[in-house]
Amino acid sequence: MLREIRPAIVLLLVLTAITGLAYPLAMTGIAGALFPAKAQGSLIEKDGKVIGSALIGQEFKDDKYFHGRPSATVAPDPDDSTKTVSAPYNAANSGGSNLGPTSKALADRLKEDVDKLKAENPNAAVPVDLVTTSASGLDPDISPEGAQFQVPRVAKARNMSEDQLKQLVASNTEGRWLGLLGEPRVNVLALNLALDRAAAK
Amino acid sequence: MTVIGWLQIILFCVIIVALTKPLGWYMTRVFNGEKTLLSPVLRPIEAGIYWVSGVDEKREQHWLTYTVAMLLFHVGGFLVIYGVMRLQAVLPFNPAAQGAVAEDLSFNTAVSFITNTNWQNYGGESTLSYLVQMLGLTHQNFLSAATGIALAVALIRGFSRASMRTVGNFWVDVTRCTLYVLLPICVVYSLFLVWQGMPQTLGDYVEATTLEGAKQTIAVGPVASQVAIKMLGTNGGGFFNANAAHPFENPTALSNFVQMLSIFALGAALTNVFGRMVGNQRQGWAILSVMGVLFIAGVTVTYWAEAHGTSMLQALGLTGGNMEGKEVRFGVVASALFAVITTAASCGAVNAMHDSFTALGGMIPLINIELGEIVVGGVGAGMYGMLLFVILAIFVAGLMVGRTPEYVGKKIEAREVKMAMLAILVLPLMILGWTAVGVVYPAAVASMANAGPHGFTEVLYAYTSGTGNNGSAFAGLTGNTFFYNLTLACAMFVGRFFMIVPAMAIAGSLAGKKSIPPSTGTFPTTGGLFVGLVVGVILIMGGLTFFPALALGPIVEHLAMNAGNLF
Repeated sequence: MLREIRPAIVLLLVLTAITGLAYPLAMTGIAGALFPAKAQGSLIEKDGKVIGSALIGQEFKDDKYFHGRPSATVAPDPDDSTKTVSAPYNAANSGGSNLGPTSKALADRLKEDVDKLKAENPNAAVPVDLVTTSASGLDPDISPEGAQFQVPRVAKARNMSEDQLKQLVASNTEGRWLGLLGEPRVNVLALNLALDRAAAK
Repeated sequence: MTVIGWLQIILFCVIIVALTKPLGWYMTRVFNGEKTLLSPVLRPIEAGIYWVSGVDEKREQHWLTYTVAMLLFHVGGFLVIYGVMRLQAVLPFNPAAQGAVAEDLSFNTAVSFITNTNWQNYGGESTLSYLVQMLGLTHQNFLSAATGIALAVALIRGFSRASMRTVGNFWVDVTRCTLYVLLPICVVYSLFLVWQGMPQTLGDYVEATTLEGAKQTIAVGPVASQVAIKMLGTNGGGFFNANAAHPFENPTALSNFVQMLSIFALGAALTNVFGRMVGNQRQGWAILSVMGVLFIAGVTVTYWAEAHGTSMLQALGLTGGNMEGKEVRFGVVASALFAVITTAASCGAVNAMHDSFTALGGMIPLINIELGEIVVGGVGAGMYGMLLFVILAIFVAGLMVGRTPEYVGKKIEAREVKMAMLAILVLPLMILGWTAVGVVYPAAVASMANAGPHGFTEVLYAYTSGTGNNGSAFAGLTGNTFFYNLTLACAMFVGRFFMIVPAMAIAGSLAGKKSIPPSTGTFPTTGGLFVGLVVGVILIMGGLTFFPALALGPIVEHLAMNAGNLF
């Protein structure tokens, strides 16, 4: 058995160096050369400043923008580091609400959000993704129905025609991959950037 | 449930079955020490590694030596992870200036990664430096996976050899698995993931000013290289807190689909390795069929439950299924499928929050782990776990007809059955034992996030996941406490190694036996009757053991939900 000790130490160190350093560092180099923008996090710049990542949702509260899904992410409480406070779309601390199917807190939150959306657009059924929090709290997407639902509000805030916005939503809708995998979706940040451009014209 | 949903599920199954044979062929060659396509490049590196570490690749080990070598290897692995976590503040590659990780959390995480559990009491982007992610986590993702596969291959050799004292050489198996199987796939795979949008950078977290003018700090890092092995090695520990639900850790529907495939690929291929090594591939297909039956049943229930939604959603007129804790790009079907896959294998990555699943939808992941994660299972662990159940099933069949049971030419006798039972009893002991403590000990009760039966399920899930070395969670439970860090580490350790040692004892005992040719009285182990018998034994064992606990958690919650009770 004693002769197993040398391999236990040396082999561990060698394999650690290969898999823990050489491999990730080599992949960083190769990925950076082949897909530089994606390897950095698909960042979007506007006027030379980073405004976010194409893949990471951000919070929209203004009526003139399409809103993303509710986010359950938190941040450390500045007054008491053992506690946390709500911090939607905190991209440095992802996470979901983790509320279960019989949670009273979830039922109350859903009711409040549904009522708010119904008041905003009484003519359409509330899409489920607009009132449920995502798993990461950073979901960049909403469903096409979720975007269409918000058209009347955005149109009013921007003084734009609903038809124009509906078209904008349609052209920013991404289908299933090869018509099969995943779900149709609208990237909220991309849609809002397109909206700003359309409004500027 | 929709047609397009089922098409995605069927496509997944078809691709896994199609991959099983070629991957099994390749892995068999690797573990038999034969030449492969990659040998011209990798053979010199392999020989060099043996030379510096003093490994004689021709010398095989007795099962006990093999096991001791494996344990020594893990002591070292534990020290590396624990060390880099405690020292991360003074080590390089720490752009977010993370401080030293606390002792209990470092201990829990180190045990978690050497046991292939990868339970996340750590927060990823909010706790760990890039160096820990690479040197601590990525490296152990490789080595714990390679260890699992090596052990499964050693047990398979026990079946395929006759009258031999040895079961292989642990150092050679681990090295070959890492170099020839895991690394080459991961190199290609991580580039694919970056192409899909996954970051791979050592740069700082990004400070962005959002369209509405708010500040957003975006965590990035060397994600792709870790995620590739996290999935392929069924480790499942996330780079980010939200794991594979995080858009950076799973950017597209396609990346999600490939991640699901990579969880099952090696585990499924091992059934074929088994068939090839015992000289009859149909033996492997029979085992894969057992797994397939249990898998399809699980997917059907979870998909139905999540698509059906909860009564509180229905009461508000919200249709489209239970989207709380799910991502739009995956939707209900890919989230349900992922949950069943990740718990059928011992992966534990999640692309949706299991804590927010419906009661029945969340029960299937729980059952999957409690049955021992034998549906494909963790790389290696699933195969040796399944073989333990096969031994029991064969034993039951032998009792029925009054003959000494045989399996692939080996007599299954008292020693094998005792060892198999010993290994399987670890599950109820750790899961039910610790859950019982967790629901009465005040400091543990305070960790529950949900009230009522759901809170109980959170605790049950935690110990189930820990013992089964899965790593997924009902994540509302605050696991990063002294109590949970220590008790979960205990569950993970016992769940891994107290299963491995009896399995290896079986390997040694079988390898020493003569191989007997099948006779007319031999129970055929390639047909439907055998598949049905194994499925039956698994369900009866699991059912009898865990039904009372499930009745207190998800089942009563489902009834409460339908009755309109909230907690």
